[in-house]
Parts: sequence; C-alpha cells; structure tokens
Amino acid sequence: MDTVRQIRLVWKPVVFALCLVPGLLLLGDTFDITGTLGANPVEEIQDRLGNWGLRFIMIALAVTPLRRITGWNWLQRFRRMLGLYAFFYTLLHFLVWLILDQGILWSAIVEDIAKRPFITIGFAALLILTAMAATSTNGMRRRLGKRWQQLHYGAYVVGILGVWHYWWQVKKDFRDPLIYALILAVLLGLRLWFRYRQSPRNRRAHEAGQRS
Amino acid sequence: MLIRKPSDIRPSEITSKGNYLNRRQFMAAGAAAGSIALASPVLGAVVPRGEFAKLPNVRTSEFSADETPTSYDDITTYNNFWEFGTAKDDPAKNSKDFEPRPWRITVDGHAEKTGSFHFDDFIKPFDLEERIYRMRCVEAWSMVIPWIGIPLADVIKYHKPTSQAKYVTFETLHDPVRMPGQRRPTLEWPYREGLTIAEATNPLPILAVGLYGEALPNPNGAPIRLVVPWKYGFKGIKSIVRISFVEKQPETSWNMAQPWEYGFYANVNPEVDHPRWSQARERRIGSGRFVSKQPTLMFNGYGEHVAHLYSGLDLRKNY
Repeated sequence: MDTVRQIRLVWKPVVFALCLVPGLLLLGDTFDITGTLGANPVEEIQDRLGNWGLRFIMIALAVTPLRRITGWNWLQRFRRMLGLYAFFYTLLHFLVWLILDQGILWSAIVEDIAKRPFITIGFAALLILTAMAATSTNGMRRRLGKRWQQLHYGAYVVGILGVWHYWWQVKKDFRDPLIYALILAVLLGLRLWFRYRQSPRNRRAHEAGQRS
Repeated sequence: MLIRKPSDIRPSEITSKGNYLNRRQFMAAGAAAGSIALASPVLGAVVPRGEFAKLPNVRTSEFSADETPTSYDDITTYNNFWEFGTAKDDPAKNSKDFEPRPWRITVDGHAEKTGSFHFDDFIKPFDLEERIYRMRCVEAWSMVIPWIGIPLADVIKYHKPTSQAKYVTFETLHDPVRMPGQRRPTLEWPYREGLTIAEATNPLPILAVGLYGEALPNPNGAPIRLVVPWKYGFKGIKSIVRISFVEKQPETSWNMAQPWEYGFYANVNPEVDHPRWSQARERRIGSGRFVSKQPTLMFNGYGEHVAHLYSGLDLRKNY
C-alpha cells in the first residue's frame, strides 16, 4: 500500500476515532457510565466542550509549523479533519450554552451576545469557524481560488478570539488561559519567523552568510 | 472527586431527604410544645470536636426556607474557598488534613468586650439554630443549605460595640502551611469581609458552625463562617479568626481585587448585572442536567427582612 492510500485507509480513520474520544467520554460521564460531572453538570459539559474546541484549534494550528520543522509533509493531510473537530466541539459548546444553560430563552441569548464582550467574542469565533467548515470541501476550495486562502487565514483570528474568550470568562485565576495564550503565541510566532526567513532579502543574506 | 474511606458514612446516606424534613417537623413541634423553654435563655452552643460530630440542642427557626436542601455531597464538594485552591473541587481535596480545632477568635476595635476567645467560649453564650437558607453565588448558581449557627446580632450585642462602631469586619485565618491556596497571591491574603452595623444586627445573618446537623465541614469554612443570605456568597467569609468593630467602611477582598465587578454591598439583585454576565437567573445546583435556570429574586427572596436597610441607597451604584 502506498503512503497516500495508507493514510486514507488506516491513519485517517484512527485519528478520526481518537479525536472523538473526549466527546464520547463526556457523553459517558453525562449518563454516569464512565464517571460523573460533579455538582454543576451543565457548567462542566460547557467547559469541557469549550476546552476541547480550543485545544483542537491549537492542534490544527500546530500542523503547519510542525510540518515545516520536521519535514513530515504527510501531516498536512490531517489538517482539515483537525480543523473540523475544532468546529465540532466549539459548535457543541455553543449549543449546550444555548439549550442547557440559557434554556433557549431568546431574549437572554440575544442580550448576552450583544452585551457581554466575552460572549460576543466567542460568537464571532464560532461564525468564522462555521464559514471555514462550510468551505472546507475540495470543491469549495477550487471554486473560491485565492479567496479560500484568505478566508482560512481566519484560523489565526479564531485562535486569538478563542483564547481571549476564555481569558475574559475566568474570574481571576488566569493560569489556564495563560497556557493557551503562550501556546498560541508560539504557533503564531513560528509563522512570523518562517515568513521572515522566506523573504527574498533574508534568504540571500542567509545564503551569503553561509558562503563566507 | 472526593474519595472517602468506605467506613465514612455521609449524613445524606443515613438521612433521606424525607426523613430529614420529618425530623424538622418533629423538632418544630417539640419547640412549640416547649415554647416556655424557648423563651428562657441559652442552652449554650456546643460543637463537639471531630469531623461529622453531631450538634446538640439545635433550635429551628422561622427564617428557614421551605425548600428542599441541596445534597450534602454537592454542598461539600462544589465550593469557592480559594484558601484551598481556585477550582470548585479544590477545597474538598485540599482541606482534608485541615484541623479546625482548637481555634481562637480575636474581637477588637470599638467594643467593650474585646479580647482573644477560645472557639468554645466564643459560641457558648448563644443558642444553636438551624437556618435553611438559599445561597446565591455571584457566579449565577445557587443552593439551599441547612446551616446551623448562632445569630450574628446576638454576638454583636454581646460584645457591646460603642457608638463609634459603624461597621463590623471579619478576617479569615492566614496560614499558608495549613491553607495551601494562600501560597499563591490569587487574592490579597487574608480574606476579609465586612457589614454595616445595621446589616450585622439584622436577625438574618448567622455565624455558622454546622451543616446538616453536624460540625461545619472544612470545605465550607470550618469551624466558623459568616452566612448573609441576601448577599452574594463571597460575603460569607470562612474560617474566621478575627472580628473587628470599626468606624470606616472596611476594605473587602473581592472589592479590593476587582472593584468594577464586586462592590461592598454585594446584595443579590437580578436587575444589576455583573459586567460579564447576567444576574437575572441562576442555576440551582442539583436541579439536574436538563433543567434550565430559574429567576433570581431581589435580595435573594429576603427583601421583607432587609429591603429597609437600603432605602435611599442607589443599588445600581452601590452594587
């Protein structure tokens, strides 16, 4: 089996199943099978889904830097799936807030999205993720051409908004959102570094340095 | 999760909710029959030492809410008590080895009866009462908690504040060895809180020393904590070592940390939102996975007893 077929037939299903595990565990805990959710189950469900949404955003954003550092180009083939999982967990996070937390009380929901900055930010991130998920097919990619890439740079914005949303939601102990902020800073910083290295002038300077 | 030795039996396991309520009726009937005894003063508050120690001579109270109390497990494992960590389950995990007795409480400031008191002597002049109160956290969740405690008003009167005493302040133990959460500056330690004298002498606030008929568990602020049912939970300072009578409005912990979000008064008020979330509704802990939030009541439903304290005060500014 060649590498491409192996990835499609073996590794993609494996990664797909692995990414589903946090969701299945949460489902198990919700019905007291694999564990429990504690005293405030709705908050726990929301927090875990939000956390996994943010983790998958980070994981998807880590693909390109990791590929460039290691030269493992096959990593690229998992990026779309990881991004869609970020969308999946973030969407569930939003729906649990909408249905279980707010009880679909529309007046309160509209007020929260409009009036509470941390909810506005989270909602904006979800909208961008939705646009990216909707245009994630090969067909859409071809049809949108150059604009596809522009739209999908939105992943950086989603990362920033996601961490910001988490930061503002915390009462005062910023340790956890700080960890995400640091990871995001590294992931975006690496991209700036690659870009700096790639610009023609710097490349020439680099090569000149190697010659002398 | 709180993991106990199998030999530990929780009161919630022994006492079903139904039996618990029956017991309360029984106690109420007994209190009514012995109303002459009730009028006579002071059985003396006693809290035997030891975890899960049963509290003797507990009176019922007309102020108790007629609602089903939240389960013992939820009340003792879902806590904001940053002296033991900032996660909700941290206090239950990290206070296991905390030894709340012996304990001393210092009373100082503008009062006649000041000094350092042994916990036993501090509570002895008063009577234990059960007060089943709603507790509304500023984070928009709530519980119904069967506290046992001594009325704060009685304690205040006993120590005879002078006319200069306009406020009462409280301080939590500051001991990073026994309270590991204090090793990080998440708040400026020690935790401190305060009330106006009028608030403190209202009949509702208590100094709680028990829960569900037993000595106050560590995650809830053993051995003695403040309960002010019409205010957000953070006013209910835990593990108190100092009570002071002062002239000026004192600094209070959350107000010091984030004054734009947490005020001195901190009265439960569905009309004044927290800057980051709505206070109009609350999640009742234990209501279940698929039950939505319920409306929050003005002064947490205790308006008839306390609204007069704030006439003329702009509650939007004095949040």
